[in-house]
Amino acid sequence: MEYKDYYKIIEPDKNATQDEIKRAYRKLARKYHPDVSKEKDAEAKFKELGEANDVLKDTEKRAAYDQLGSNWQAGQDFKPPPDWDAGFEFSGENYSGGDSAAFSDFFESLFGQQERGGFTGRQGGRTQYQNKGEDHHAKVLIDLDDAFQGTTRSITLRSPKIDAQGHVTTHERTLNIKIPRGVKQGQQIRLAGQGSPGIGGGAAGDLYLEIEFNPHSFYRVEGHDIYLELPLAPWEAALGASVKVPTPGGVIDLKIPADSVSGRKLRLKGRGIPAKSPGDFYAILRISLPSGNTEQAKNLYQKMQQELAFNPRASLGV
Amino acid sequence: MNKDILTGLLLDEDSSLTLSDLSHACCVQTEWIIELVDEGILMPDGNESSHWRFSGPSLHRAQTVLHLQQDLEINIAGAALALELMDEIEVLRTRLYVLERSD
Repeated sequence: MEYKDYYKIIEPDKNATQDEIKRAYRKLARKYHPDVSKEKDAEAKFKELGEANDVLKDTEKRAAYDQLGSNWQAGQDFKPPPDWDAGFEFSGENYSGGDSAAFSDFFESLFGQQERGGFTGRQGGRTQYQNKGEDHHAKVLIDLDDAFQGTTRSITLRSPKIDAQGHVTTHERTLNIKIPRGVKQGQQIRLAGQGSPGIGGGAAGDLYLEIEFNPHSFYRVEGHDIYLELPLAPWEAALGASVKVPTPGGVIDLKIPADSVSGRKLRLKGRGIPAKSPGDFYAILRISLPSGNTEQAKNLYQKMQQELAFNPRASLGV
Repeated sequence: MNKDILTGLLLDEDSSLTLSDLSHACCVQTEWIIELVDEGILMPDGNESSHWRFSGPSLHRAQTVLHLQQDLEINIAGAALALELMDEIEVLRTRLYVLERSD
């Protein structure tokens, strides 16, 4: 396994005081908390931070880690020397008792045997019904079309399991889940009993799947509503027109009123994501200019300039 | 490999959970959920706690507050503010995404 440089992860240097470590950790924890951060590897980073903090904030563990660490660089292939913690006593009370599956192999090899069991899941115990298995959370990515029609998604979950020797292994399983039509970004589907098995005959935990939409190349989704920036030719906006507009439910003909300006929103009620009260579809008009770099285009533009008395900056007083 | 197709419960605005459902799902005491209602983070229908009905999205909201409390030691008032700001950021982010992409 790899050596983990806990100081590098939390950022203060090896001589940092306990206060400095605490401060640095809290700042980074806020930054990378998976519910707050949108960064791709926020969850992994947060876990790593938590582990580093667990070791460095505990004076016993920190001392043991320091003694061992002076010769190692992060990422190097590592094996703890047999008597590395000789002379250190780890009082059981200091250990936070978090779920051992949440820690890296590196941490496990140094401190794992100090664990005093317990499935508290997240660090810092919480009130928990003793027998119920842990809930699992996963994200499932779907396309906008899937929300319109419903679909079935196959997802692979990795869950920690304790084997007969008391080691933690990861156990993979694949589930086929029905995604109903009309789902919204961020909604959850709850699959009862698909989480971790219960302890001592207790009920299994639940599986929560959070819906996330793959960003679409031109539709924007907000709740149940769908927005589309609709480019128009200048004459279509000025004179009005009937234009073809794509919607997730199919192409439609949309009547553009004359004298339309850029930014105007045309609402198609009920053509958003289907639901008990379906969302709406909004076409936001954007006027696109034909390029002026052919002779013909130049002539036409200059004709417009000469024949139409048009000052777009009149309201600015210039 | 499980060939069956599982259908879960979609926690949308139409689905409703009781106080007891919600606290079981979050693995917390009901008092904690009541604190969230007092703070305005959750807004159930019904006058008394025994009649409360929480919408589907309340579960995720409650879980997020729980995570913020446990992981970042944020108190409930702070979590309420954080959630509101995070909602707003999400809306702005989507708008920005579209604006930055067109032309």
